[in-house]
Amino acid sequence: PLPPLKDLHCYIRSYKSHRLLRRRIVTLTPRITSHYTIFPRDKDPRWEGVEMERFADEADVVIVGGGPAGLSAAIRLKQLAKEQEKELRVCLVEKASQIGAHTLSGACLEPSALNELFPDWKERGAPLNTPVTEDLFSILTEKHRIPVPMLPGLPMNNHGNYIVRLGHFVHWLGEQAEELGVEIYPGYAAAEVLFHEDGSVKGIATNDVGIAKDGSPKDVFERGMELHAKVTLFGEGCHGHLAKQLYRQFNLRENCEPQTYAIGLKELWVIDEKKWRPGRVEHSVGWPLNRNTYGGSFLYHLNEGEPLVALGFVVGLDYTNPYLSPFREFQRWKHHPFVAKTLEGGTRIAYGARALNEGGYQCLPKVTFPGGMLIGCSPGFMNVPKIKGTHTAMKSGMLAAEAIFPKVTAEDPASETAGLHIPEYEDNLKKSWIWKELYAVRNIRPSFHNYFGLYGGMVYTGVFYWILRGKEPWTLKHAGLDSAQLKPAKECTPIEYPKPDGKLSFDLLSSVALSGTNHEGDQPPHLTLKDDSIPVANNLAIYDGPEQRFCPAGVYEYVPLETGEGMRLQINAQNCVHCKTCDIKDPSQNINWVVPEGSGGPAYNGL
Amino acid sequence: MSRVLVGVKRVIDYAVKIRVKPDHSGVVTDGVKHSMNPFCEIAVEEAVKLKEKKLIKEVVAVSCGPTQVTETIRTALAMGCDRGIHVEVSGKDYEAMGPLQISKIFAALAKKEEASLIILGKQAIDDDCNQTGQMTAALLDWPQGTFASEVTIDGEKVKVVREIDGGLETIKISMPAVLTADLRLNTPRYATLPNIMKAKKKKIANMKPADLGVDMVSRVEVLRVDEPPTRLAGVKVETVDDLVAKLRANGTI
Repeated sequence: PLPPLKDLHCYIRSYKSHRLLRRRIVTLTPRITSHYTIFPRDKDPRWEGVEMERFADEADVVIVGGGPAGLSAAIRLKQLAKEQEKELRVCLVEKASQIGAHTLSGACLEPSALNELFPDWKERGAPLNTPVTEDLFSILTEKHRIPVPMLPGLPMNNHGNYIVRLGHFVHWLGEQAEELGVEIYPGYAAAEVLFHEDGSVKGIATNDVGIAKDGSPKDVFERGMELHAKVTLFGEGCHGHLAKQLYRQFNLRENCEPQTYAIGLKELWVIDEKKWRPGRVEHSVGWPLNRNTYGGSFLYHLNEGEPLVALGFVVGLDYTNPYLSPFREFQRWKHHPFVAKTLEGGTRIAYGARALNEGGYQCLPKVTFPGGMLIGCSPGFMNVPKIKGTHTAMKSGMLAAEAIFPKVTAEDPASETAGLHIPEYEDNLKKSWIWKELYAVRNIRPSFHNYFGLYGGMVYTGVFYWILRGKEPWTLKHAGLDSAQLKPAKECTPIEYPKPDGKLSFDLLSSVALSGTNHEGDQPPHLTLKDDSIPVANNLAIYDGPEQRFCPAGVYEYVPLETGEGMRLQINAQNCVHCKTCDIKDPSQNINWVVPEGSGGPAYNGL
Repeated sequence: MSRVLVGVKRVIDYAVKIRVKPDHSGVVTDGVKHSMNPFCEIAVEEAVKLKEKKLIKEVVAVSCGPTQVTETIRTALAMGCDRGIHVEVSGKDYEAMGPLQISKIFAALAKKEEASLIILGKQAIDDDCNQTGQMTAALLDWPQGTFASEVTIDGEKVKVVREIDGGLETIKISMPAVLTADLRLNTPRYATLPNIMKAKKKKIANMKPADLGVDMVSRVEVLRVDEPPTRLAGVKVETVDDLVAKLRANGTI
């Protein structure tokens, strides 16, 4: 018998124009998506008569995102204001409940940008407590390890760098920014970009609160607030959701390749003191990934009192096998004898995951547009072979601030648009060390796209990069959109992953619990689907539901329908750790990650 | 028209996994996400609702602890409280601080501020004591309406519907009184950004327990904190005889 009509919505869709399916389908799909970005409220009878007016405030500069880029930009603006005795109102909004709670990175920090921003960072108490003392690189096979010498001049060489807990470093940057007078508002997400009549960016609006899971207004419903600015900086990190919109709006990606990404999963372990080597940096490639799947591991020994190690695994999101699970690759890597010997007897105390950029130079978009600019990992300044993006993110924020300052404090900014367009930022970037650095390493990541995969890439790096430092006249291309790389499931072999042993490797749900992630349950799922019927019709049918495997938080589950045959997609939005992998890797590009109510998401402590 | 004191406690967020310090003296709090105790949010909401109904004149949010608790007071101000009081307690005193010290502080403040109502959360989610409201009422010799799921002010009296084991109990107490908020009392409003900005202009007074004549010496000494023991795997048995044999073998019967 059919379930009651009120519980189901029939979707009759014509897929003639859909590039993936070309037949009429009548599907009975339980309603998943209720977010107003898919179902606008002005057409929704439940919203009739609800007050939608927003309170608005003005600042000189509004910054979206309290990470290294956003905070460095804010700090630099206030430093310039102090130097030149000018007044400047800088407001920064951050979706995490506190600065640093959504920050996740290895991380080996290169202090170049920090030295420029705060030459006296040591006196100010910046948490750079672990200088790198040892640098190991290995190629792993299932049971053995082949050491690779870390010659000076190779991009991964870490001499002079510090192992940091980036969340703590970002928290410290936040304190410095507040001291300088930046208004920081954690717990408030920028949900909407606002535009002037002339199409330039006017500012942002923070998220509405009090919308029920079915999309209707609750008693506690309140509109977000509008923050208007002369120029708005977008520092949302890798694959930001507002940036995605801005790329389309201002056609910022017409002259660059589509961005390509990786997912990084990380854990913190307290280990046996006898195994602790503070300052040691270990990287590996090879097992458990095959030579055609880009990825590798990191393991850093911190020096902050406790015998703490930060370790993790990165998998390129251009992988082709839909049966691959980055989380389970990470868990089984820990069983390798070389890794297990460090972790045996230890306790895992934290877990998290985040997507990162792999595109480098070839994927840099235009970063300025009327009324705004993109900074940090959002446009993507990560130096991929070095696996470092913090120093370039900070520097991009500082360059943005230096370009903006004269314009926002000028008597007459002489702008054609209401929101200031400041192309000097892009010029400054091109003249800076960021550009030189990214240009030099531009061919390393794409060199992995050859028959020999990883080994071809390593040979290319050893031969061309070490000798020519990127001066070769050609620029290799990436493979294209990550979401288009998956092969259909029937062409691939499922991977046999070992069961977690509860000592070194763990199951997904206990890992997610360690991330401290949570969201207000009664709100529309923020993993929105443009079409609720596509997951079963396409992702499950052709690719065996890869989102069940690439999501590091167990958000996506295919479960049997309560009545009758077939499956449905269940979205456990509360588990989301805001990594953005689903938005990147969904082969149907049907998932659109939007920001949930502010202060939801992970509660990372120094990750 | 009256003044209400509302207590707000800064606690580790309920969704965060707790970790015991390596020296077993307590739990790790450095850098861990904290938020306002959920029952305190309900207490603030009730006080603000009473003010909106014009039954009370002023709501004062009070918190005891180090500098970080001012963030919690700001959230209460953003929800609608008029001003805040930060009673500074830090270091060893803060670690040893418990319901007895807090209730002494509230009793002193109630007299100082001439409050006619104190509304607290029924308990904090970190220590689960459920004692502060009751102790405060005892110190002041005021009536108490604890586990309140409905509060109605009727002249100089307060009608409180209490959640008790057997169901609901309705009592009428005279003011001044102490109320503690239970889960179903109300749904707290969000602290929205415009209100957070306005809250920055509201006053938070600073004081020390000594200014109120309160000594913070604790009568309780924490000896050791441990994780709960890991649950052992269960054992499945096929027959009742097997069960009896196993229970005999481990000495249960």
